Amino acid sequence: MSSGSGARRSGPVGRRPRSTSRDIERYGSLFAQRTQVMKSSAMRDLMALTERDDVISLAGGMPDTSTFPPDSYASLMKTVAAESCARALQYGPTEGMALVKRCILDVMQAEGMHVDQEELLVTTGGQQVIDLVCKTLLDPGDVVVCEAPTYPGAVPTFSAYQAEVVQVTMDRDGMRVDELESTLEELESSGRRPKFIYTVPNFHNPAGVTLSLERRRELVRIAGERELLVLEDNPYGLLRYEGDPLPTLRSLDDEFVIYASTFSKILSPGVRLGWAAAPAPVLAKMNIGKQACDLCSSSISQYFVGAYFDAGPWDRYVRSLIELYRRRRDVMLDALAEHFPREAEWTHPEGGLFIWATLPPYIDTTDLLARALQEHVAFVPGRAAFVDGRGGSSMRLNFSGVEEDRIREGVRRIGEVVREQVALYGTLTGASPPERVTPPRRGVGDAGEGRRETAAGGSSEAELAKVLRLPRKRAG
Amino acid sequence: MTKVAVLKGGHSLERQVSLKSGARVQDALERLGHEVVSVDVAGDLVQRLEADRPDIAFVSLHGRDGEDGTVQELLEVMGIAYTGSGVSACIRAADKVLAKHAMLDAALPTPDFFAFNETAFRELGAAQALPAIEQRLQFPIVVKPASQGSALGIKFARTPADVPGALVAAFSYDRKVLLERHVPGRDLAVSIIEQDGVPETLPIVEAVPEQEDFYDFEARYEIGATKFLCPAELDDAVATRAAEIALDVYKLMGCSGFARVDLMLEQETDHLLVLEVNPIPGLTETSLLPQAADAAGLTFDGVIERILAAADQR
Repeated sequence: MSSGSGARRSGPVGRRPRSTSRDIERYGSLFAQRTQVMKSSAMRDLMALTERDDVISLAGGMPDTSTFPPDSYASLMKTVAAESCARALQYGPTEGMALVKRCILDVMQAEGMHVDQEELLVTTGGQQVIDLVCKTLLDPGDVVVCEAPTYPGAVPTFSAYQAEVVQVTMDRDGMRVDELESTLEELESSGRRPKFIYTVPNFHNPAGVTLSLERRRELVRIAGERELLVLEDNPYGLLRYEGDPLPTLRSLDDEFVIYASTFSKILSPGVRLGWAAAPAPVLAKMNIGKQACDLCSSSISQYFVGAYFDAGPWDRYVRSLIELYRRRRDVMLDALAEHFPREAEWTHPEGGLFIWATLPPYIDTTDLLARALQEHVAFVPGRAAFVDGRGGSSMRLNFSGVEEDRIREGVRRIGEVVREQVALYGTLTGASPPERVTPPRRGVGDAGEGRRETAAGGSSEAELAKVLRLPRKRAG
Repeated sequence: MTKVAVLKGGHSLERQVSLKSGARVQDALERLGHEVVSVDVAGDLVQRLEADRPDIAFVSLHGRDGEDGTVQELLEVMGIAYTGSGVSACIRAADKVLAKHAMLDAALPTPDFFAFNETAFRELGAAQALPAIEQRLQFPIVVKPASQGSALGIKFARTPADVPGALVAAFSYDRKVLLERHVPGRDLAVSIIEQDGVPETLPIVEAVPEQEDFYDFEARYEIGATKFLCPAELDDAVATRAAEIALDVYKLMGCSGFARVDLMLEQETDHLLVLEVNPIPGLTETSLLPQAADAAGLTFDGVIERILAAADQR
């Protein structure tokens, strides 16, 4: 008999297997090499605490789904039930349903791309594209080139396929393609050729920067010349708060670019629908890979998205999100300028969901998170975005999923613990404690704000300039 | 049938471990035929306990509040019997600085150390004393928060330049930190469990890192990254001595029910030195005490039964 809030495992009590240390030892010997990865249990435990109700979490990566009208949801589902019940409850084609592919074509067109339905694979979230590309292209030990920092959610995928990850520095214009080129030269001279280059060109997660037009052209030129694939991950492209849209890599080159995007940020992550547009032979292999993963993405979700696009202009909701997130971004930028000490730097994203802040190198943001949690506030420590433990003094801050008051209060609390640590370090090293920074006047372009907004690398740019090479993981 | 409230979770950084331990404890208690009430420790703890009125509380908490005597004090006030060590033993053992001072006073071996509050640096200029400390301890120096139970916040300082950053990190977890001499050698854990009021040691567990990186504390307790050997391959004399020291420390702290004492066997000297005492060691699938019990032929249910019995006898 039990009651209360315990995390109970299911299944009949009498048949629950008992674990002994011998079992653990036995399982341990069965685990594949590739499971021996990355994040420590201590880090996982720490991140679990960020989800507590009493914590202002700037650690999430979530869109604000509370803005979607429940009535619309109900009426869309009603439509699906009335018109397509049996089909929505059925398996669908692995490559995705035509009705959802039509929606994808609309979205891609809005970003200046014109593709055919045959060039598309509907996936279970954009995340599945990363997985399928790895599955299709990587043998253990193969090289993947990505940005430093890179999308933290891609790291476990690269690790699971035992990729050797090489990270290329970013600055305010995104991935440094000059460094990319020299990295590729170096790899070539040692007889290695990367299978693909992974990039988030728009409003990078976590760095918040955008790849410039010139570099986009350079990147596709390099890929074309060397016959390398580029995985262009573009979940946030339509969430632009300022400046002019830039052409996607896919629209500059359709021979060597695998394009990935998702409905998660423009409609709902809960529908778990993303897509890939890729050269036909690659797409065919990815399709086979997907079949092995999940046969098909949710039919219910595909009908839901189809009904949503049929019901009216889909971009109206996106525009409302842009208004909301722009305000939240501005609130966060103002709060950072007001509450973070002068030693800190951060990026000014033109869109997307994240700001990347870099503190002095002596502050470890993993430890800082433990301190911040005592003040009931959380962020993502920067290490999660690197494969070698760099990023130790950076943090990712999310503004899209948090209300304005909570953003202000959250940043104030983080600023306070950062100041506390800066002051303590000053005391320990004999440096003078930091002066309080005068709160800036509000408004874009204000000197107080602009002074400390910076490129992704921040003060550790020199450190980030080193191209990282991981030792090749044991293969099988 | 006894009504047992399993206290788990809480707000400490070791919440996840505690939830895992708690879930296993609940399973075992149910198998043993007890009525189990599960309590995720939060602001309504007193209310919950008043409403449920358990015969006994099984404290399956780690870290702040659960292991430092706070919850135990509340249970005392409410007159509810509970498992494991009492208030004073928890206070002593959970604070590495108090524990180490007690060991020094009792001539029990522990690595040299110095401990400071944040105020010592902020207000008394303790930073000026760092060179002297560094000279006494020699590099590398281990810097740790006084009360954090997991690997979080533990840093190695290899040079004087590393020390301030390591201190800032450790102060993220606690107002009090210690700088400790690093002891290169073998990492041993002696688990202790009582039988009829008498504490007995279980076979010693040795943690062997798969990769020769002594400095990665966080990797140490990952499955795969560290191999646990039990019983550890030790000379009989060393094993006996480790068990004796562990029992001495257990008694010195005033522990009851069960506990785990972590020691280093110094490579060069073969000296055994006590790092810390865990008044509520983990009871997850990968925790050391259940592994040691298993090596001694004691099932997990047997462990839980003994811990419960010890609480009854107190």
